[in-house]
Amino acid sequence: MAAKIETETLTGDINIPSIQPGATAHYKSNPAKEDHNKFLGFPGARVENWREAAVEHMGELLGKYKSLRVFMDICVRCGSCADKCHYYIGTRDPNNMPVARQELMRKVYRKYFTPAGKLLPDSLTGASELTEAVMTEWYSYFHQCSQCRRCSVYCPYGIDTAEVSMAAREIMDHVGIGQKYCNEILGKVLKVGNNLGIEPHALKNTLEFVEEDVKEVTGADVRYPMDEKGADVLLVAPSADFFSTPHIEGFTGYGKVFHEAGVSWTVSSYASEFANFGMFIGNYDTMKKVAQRIRDAALDLGVKRIVVGECGHAWRVGYSFWNTLIGPFDFLDPKYPAPQHICEFTLDLIRRDGLKLDKSANDEFTVTFHDSCNVARGSRMGDMPGGQFEVPREIIKAVCNKYVEMDQNTIREFTYCCGGGGGLLTDELMDLRVKGVLPRANALKEVMDRHGVNTMAMICAICKAQFTKVLPNYGIPMETVASLHQLVSNAVVLGGKIGV
Amino acid sequence: MAFDLNGVTYETDEDGYLVNLDQWNKDVAQYLATQEGLDMTDAHWEVVDFLREYYDEYKIAPMIRILTKAIGQKLGKEKGNTKYLYDLYPGGPAKQACKIAGLPKPTGCV
Repeated sequence: MAAKIETETLTGDINIPSIQPGATAHYKSNPAKEDHNKFLGFPGARVENWREAAVEHMGELLGKYKSLRVFMDICVRCGSCADKCHYYIGTRDPNNMPVARQELMRKVYRKYFTPAGKLLPDSLTGASELTEAVMTEWYSYFHQCSQCRRCSVYCPYGIDTAEVSMAAREIMDHVGIGQKYCNEILGKVLKVGNNLGIEPHALKNTLEFVEEDVKEVTGADVRYPMDEKGADVLLVAPSADFFSTPHIEGFTGYGKVFHEAGVSWTVSSYASEFANFGMFIGNYDTMKKVAQRIRDAALDLGVKRIVVGECGHAWRVGYSFWNTLIGPFDFLDPKYPAPQHICEFTLDLIRRDGLKLDKSANDEFTVTFHDSCNVARGSRMGDMPGGQFEVPREIIKAVCNKYVEMDQNTIREFTYCCGGGGGLLTDELMDLRVKGVLPRANALKEVMDRHGVNTMAMICAICKAQFTKVLPNYGIPMETVASLHQLVSNAVVLGGKIGV
Repeated sequence: MAFDLNGVTYETDEDGYLVNLDQWNKDVAQYLATQEGLDMTDAHWEVVDFLREYYDEYKIAPMIRILTKAIGQKLGKEKGNTKYLYDLYPGGPAKQACKIAGLPKPTGCV
């Protein structure tokens, strides 16, 4: 078994550490196998002329995405972002300062795409050729960015580091330098329909299990249907909801909410995945293909609405990109948002007094809410600005008596990443993941000590998996981590107000 | 990566999971468990047996809740929970137990 990872003692305070150059230069994601890369249309292994091909592709991206060129040009190195990254705070490696991470690409950009970089000596411009050493840095440090965009909130120019990381990964994939975690998973979702590779008969078995389990615990016949044509709602959840704990508790909650709403719904075995890692690797075509399965399933099943489960980055893809990727959704009922988040669905029902809730069912919990980065900084919810912050909080307050906020610099748009987002939720990066959770763990620890918080609710499958795995390293039990709809599930009184 | 056991070579992936699942046998499981620093007891084998049985039918590891419930039914209700499984397999029932049972590593947000 792997050696225990050394962790700092939680103090409840977030301190900015002194730098330790090269501290994490040795971190390396497992490289993708030949078949993983080829299936996605990338070269199986690093191509012979990788330098030229990478620079050429960088030029293509700079032409296609004006934002990328602007981000390369306008940074003035003010340093606002330097201490904002959870990976910098946790690892102390200065290359994990967002400005320095971007510089890994910017110095190459200067060399090949700016007059000064082309004409003047590198010592004057800080430009660099794309050498073997630079590519090694790219592979390491662009897989130490969870694309959470906290740094961008503080950047006076609005430079989006996530977009730089995505572009870097796209360039690497383009020359055959892929990351196994993302590319293997993308193969599975495109072949089987979900990231885990759950085949239809296994998914059916899982759903039947949930149905029986709910019946056993509550006595109610709540249905968890699959592939039912003519259902009103297609529910698309992250596939971790069919596998992990506490994810499944949230999924169980979705079903209870639909049951109480009196709305017919179904999951699709063809599109049984909301997550879309195409975004993590910055590859538009792959992102589109993954999303396309959902449109096809919705049309095939003849649903009127698409409701999506608790998955952070996928909500960004769904809310912000779906309409361009797979829209228009003119075949759906225009009365409802497309897609609609399960939190929007649940809150609407609560506001219409359509759910009978027993808050005391959650009285053993003092709850706080972790804003997931892609929801907080890449989307919205409901019908008002900031809805992505208010909708989940309003639900929690409707189903729990005891709710506490973490420090204001660590929530809402200032939220800290769980440390496992952006395609980094893989075992070989465990050291990074454990260190990256440090600021969030400290903010949590503070409310645990001060207010007796024992539950942190959230609406992201990656956050749930990451926290349950890494928080125990800091002495925080995995049971602290909860699905938001798990709390809803606890509080719903079944049969209370069906069909209101 | 690979390891040799009783004169046979077993190929594994970067994380030590068997590449060829048909090569699995109890000696291999015992070997992998030792590598993980685990002492295989009857309780450990119960989990391994269930995982293999489930995989045989569904080509995927079971959801954790299905596993805990099955173990609870077999070994008593007080053992049908995640904590019991983590006591047996500190590396996680999904990942560590799957490795020893010769199942592929679960992928995704897990």
